Amino acid sequence: MASLNVRAALLSISFLILALGLWEMSTQPPAATQATSEYELLMGISGQESRVPPPSAVIKVAWAELSNPFYDAGANDKGIGIQLAYSVYRVLTGYLAAMAIALPLGFLIGMSPLMYKALNPYIQVLRPISPLAWMPLALFIIQDSDASAIFVIFICSIWPMLLNTAFGVANVRSDWVNVARTHELNPFKTAITVILPAAAPTILTGMRISIGIAWLVIVAAEMLVGGTGIGYYVWNEWNNLDLSSVIFSILMIGVVGMLLDLALGKAQKLVEYKE
Amino acid sequence: MSKPFLEVDGLSKVYPDGQGGDLTVFEDIRFALQKGEFVCIIGHSGCGKSTILNVLAGLDEASSGNVVMNGKEVKGPGLERGVVFQNYSLLPWKTALNNIIFAVKARWPKWSKDKVREHSERYLKMVGLDHALNRKPSQLSGGMRQRVSIARAFATQPELLLLDEPFGALDALTRGVIQDELVKIWEETRQTVFMITHDVDEAILLSDRIFLMSNGPNARIAESVQVNLPHPRSRATIFQNPAHHKIRDYLVDFLVNRSGSAQPEQDGTPKVIDPSAGDAAPKPAPAKPDTETETAARAVNA
Repeated sequence: MASLNVRAALLSISFLILALGLWEMSTQPPAATQATSEYELLMGISGQESRVPPPSAVIKVAWAELSNPFYDAGANDKGIGIQLAYSVYRVLTGYLAAMAIALPLGFLIGMSPLMYKALNPYIQVLRPISPLAWMPLALFIIQDSDASAIFVIFICSIWPMLLNTAFGVANVRSDWVNVARTHELNPFKTAITVILPAAAPTILTGMRISIGIAWLVIVAAEMLVGGTGIGYYVWNEWNNLDLSSVIFSILMIGVVGMLLDLALGKAQKLVEYKE
Repeated sequence: MSKPFLEVDGLSKVYPDGQGGDLTVFEDIRFALQKGEFVCIIGHSGCGKSTILNVLAGLDEASSGNVVMNGKEVKGPGLERGVVFQNYSLLPWKTALNNIIFAVKARWPKWSKDKVREHSERYLKMVGLDHALNRKPSQLSGGMRQRVSIARAFATQPELLLLDEPFGALDALTRGVIQDELVKIWEETRQTVFMITHDVDEAILLSDRIFLMSNGPNARIAESVQVNLPHPRSRATIFQNPAHHKIRDYLVDFLVNRSGSAQPEQDGTPKVIDPSAGDAAPKPAPAKPDTETETAARAVNA
């Protein structure tokens, strides 16, 4: 009997082939029962045109795009690599800015019950707001569409990081804090040498949730602000009625999202500890 | 007698009892420790032993009374008092060696890296763990973890070492082995130690004096029993000394029959008892053994 991994891989591949096969078959043009009239041809309403493209068409687009991902032929014609790079750049910028605020603030809230009680109402009100709801305000205040998209990423990725940091810090085992106290560590040293490593797994969990949300939101944000990025690319291809490209870029969004999550997952492994 | 190294004066702890009233766990605790003494404190659960130890450590505050060490009042935790907790309290993301280095660096911030490492390794070797320097606490057995914890406390060379039931979570065999190691380390270092235990034999093996606490609430340190047995002691031979039996009988009798009613001297200091010199429990003792109490059960089973 093959190992579990091998069997799982075989099953995965079979599912893929099955799904692609069904997709390909269901998107075949119907056999023409009667010749398409000249009028229909002229108007572009022959059945074939309005169908979802078959996987073979998507693969053709993917091949073309991936073999030259970084070409730049003007504002509305950039390679998929460039578009993804724009999106990743916006996500990382907003995400790092959120980190710079959320981690220290989370420490403060976690270490001080007073600050927790004082700030908690604001967090609870601000947290459930859809990040895109900030967009008009951001556009008005910042007056720059690119920075507004980054702001939206910032505002959506700050909450999980902030709350998880505060929770992790507040719930560090009192024994470990007592160890710091009996060794006369000052508050700053305690925070760095005891509380940070103790809370790191919880903090990283928050960071992993945040990067996932940020990647979800950037697509919508870029559809709104336009110009560049994978979200804009999807919308642009929809306007071009190029559904093969739309499907291809959906897959690319998934792949990049998975890679971002994998990276955070690796970081999470690094700070994990067993009690 | 010279001025004692540690003086505890009129300590008490009052908690709200959850029904609008107050609950006095222990009151008017008075005792003194001399430099280099090993003192164990025994009492039933709920008499506040751990709270007393935490007050000495500076991790908890008494409701009244004060603690003076070396002429200075104890306020808050400090490196001159080392603590070994029952649950080891090792930092799980650090290796055994790094746990000790953490403490040594805190104690002597100006030491060079090499000196810190060498010092830390020496103390791990002392507890027989030089083969497990780079293992994390999760990869060590309970006994090995407690050894690391003991090494960490000794490595900072505190003036007073506080042990909160350090062997309570260990199986009997492991406990015996580590007790022997503690005896050995203590013979080498002659630290002043204040230790909580539930185990009568452990107390006799380790201490110079044993404080006996009456039951809570309103618990007191009622008696201070002298353990006049020669050092160095060992688990295998200590029971051959006739004084051992007298001390043990006295302690068990106190825990089973008298812990509910025992009182200290009029001035609040514990009554000094020396069973090896013929001091025996006052007769007649109330013949009503307290069957619920875990200490008595363990003491009798041991």
